[in-house]
Amino acid sequence: MKADATLDCIGLYCPMPIAHTAKKINEMEEGQVLEVLADDEGIKDDMPAWCKMTGNECLGIEQGEGRELKVYVRKSKKE
Amino acid sequence: MPEKVTLVVFSGELDKVLAAFNIAVGAASSGMEVSMFFTFWGLNIIKKNEGPIRSRGIMKKMLNFMNRGGAKRLPLSKFNMFGLGKWMMVKLMKDAKTPSLGEMIELAAGMGVKFMACTTSMGMMGVSKEALIPQVNSYCGVATYLSEARDSKINLFI
Repeated sequence: MKADATLDCIGLYCPMPIAHTAKKINEMEEGQVLEVLADDEGIKDDMPAWCKMTGNECLGIEQGEGRELKVYVRKSKKE
Repeated sequence: MPEKVTLVVFSGELDKVLAAFNIAVGAASSGMEVSMFFTFWGLNIIKKNEGPIRSRGIMKKMLNFMNRGGAKRLPLSKFNMFGLGKWMMVKLMKDAKTPSLGEMIELAAGMGVKFMACTTSMGMMGVSKEALIPQVNSYCGVATYLSEARDSKINLFI
């Protein structure tokens, strides 16, 4: 999947990937896609949950090399 | 209107306090408005790590000498073993690259988490405003906590 920016959260545990994602998404434009690299499995449930709460869109989660996960988030319009 | 989360932080033990800050940072990251009300042993978290003991009166002085507080000094609720267990836990946290409590406090404050200090506990235990970290936003009592809590969807006592 193509992304406008990448955030490296490898080696970080909850709540840091979410905290960093929130900060990064805040700096991005509406419609842009953020790729989050993570290896804490919790992100598989956490990112969709975070997106649901914040109104952003979780486009999907891909398995990278080894334990690496690639999570794609699209910044949605603020209501 | 953002959703609100209110946390009563009564405990002064590292493990419980980390859980509280974890929730606070997670909620703030999710666009919620977070208030943390520090009372009783929870005051230890927001005491400065450095500086003299400013309490007046022999019993309050003794209490604050024994119960020095500061984010760096909190014990574990289990397996503290006179600080050895805590030392090991902090080492494990460092190895796992999880933030220290001090870093979590900075992070939460930077995200706009509101820190409220209980004035009743402060007065009774002899903890002055000067003994607390500057990130504390308000010094208040139960009515302020309740007015925040009644508007909150999530309200925890830790």
